[in-house]
Amino acid sequence: MCTYLTEKLDVEGSGKGAAGWFTLSQATVYLDHPQHAPAEHTLNIDFLNPQQGPSARVAVELTAQSARALAAAIESALASAPPGLV
Amino acid sequence: MYDAMMAETIRFTGHGGDPIEGYLARPLGPGPYGSVVVIHHMPGYDAETKEITRTFAVHGYLALCPNLYYRDAPGASPDDAAAAARAQGGVPDPRLVGDVGGAAAYLRAMPVSNGKAGVIGYCSGGRQSFLAAASLPLDAAVDCYGAFIVGTPPEGLPLKVGPIVHLAQDLSCPLLGLFGNDDQHPSPDQVAELDKALTEAGKDHEFHSYDGAGHAFFAVNRPAYRPEAAMDGWQKIWDFYGRHLAG
Repeated sequence: MCTYLTEKLDVEGSGKGAAGWFTLSQATVYLDHPQHAPAEHTLNIDFLNPQQGPSARVAVELTAQSARALAAAIESALASAPPGLV
Repeated sequence: MYDAMMAETIRFTGHGGDPIEGYLARPLGPGPYGSVVVIHHMPGYDAETKEITRTFAVHGYLALCPNLYYRDAPGASPDDAAAAARAQGGVPDPRLVGDVGGAAAYLRAMPVSNGKAGVIGYCSGGRQSFLAAASLPLDAAVDCYGAFIVGTPPEGLPLKVGPIVHLAQDLSCPLLGLFGNDDQHPSPDQVAELDKALTEAGKDHEFHSYDGAGHAFFAVNRPAYRPEAAMDGWQKIWDFYGRHLAG
């Protein structure tokens, strides 16, 4: 139950789930108890395509430190791209 | 002593007459047995909750755990179903009551039933156990650290649930509450408020709060697991159900 803020956003791209690649349309980002990670709470990201059903999901559960490092790495990679590429 | 039991996935009639999935575990002796509806936690209808359901059968109860996310994600794995249900705001309260009522009716209709049915729920299921006991004719209810019976969910929470402490006066059966003093949802203050509301309503209840335990201390596969609290909690459950459901 201990769920807090949930961010939901539309995304474009692809993800690889249990049944192979599929088109992504949505992502949710939230802090909650993990399903698998050995921590009380994790930053969870679900990459989804709800039109293909609940199993069209790529899920990650990260410690807060890992999540912040990931966010910084994404920003860094995008910032270092040559002009005009992104 | 004959101790055979069996467990299997079944279909039964839930809220609105919908056929839904559930996990049934039962002793194979002649009975008569009391019944327990097991309400799974928010992470879903998972292996650990099925193990809890089997544990009730081992201890001489007919036990049925409804898959509360069945309609949201039929056939999906429990974690995917939980994510889908979470994104949709969780289980609506009327649907929960209908599904628990259907499960209790299924159990009470079994030839080896003694006609008594209780409920137990963990995490979000703790609140739902209280809700079911205030909405249905039941014989015993257990609330394991259910959040938001008292108190409003924080802003931004996707769950469409509100406080239901005002339903204390409608409780149909005795309530056992098991809580961790390190929990914030529910906090010790919220547990005290619920205790007070039940006392004022003249409802039979007993609460136990454990030091050194937080939310989800029964969850054996999570770091929140606290063996001492969980083992004592199980004993409290056997004693409580033994008095209100057994035989």
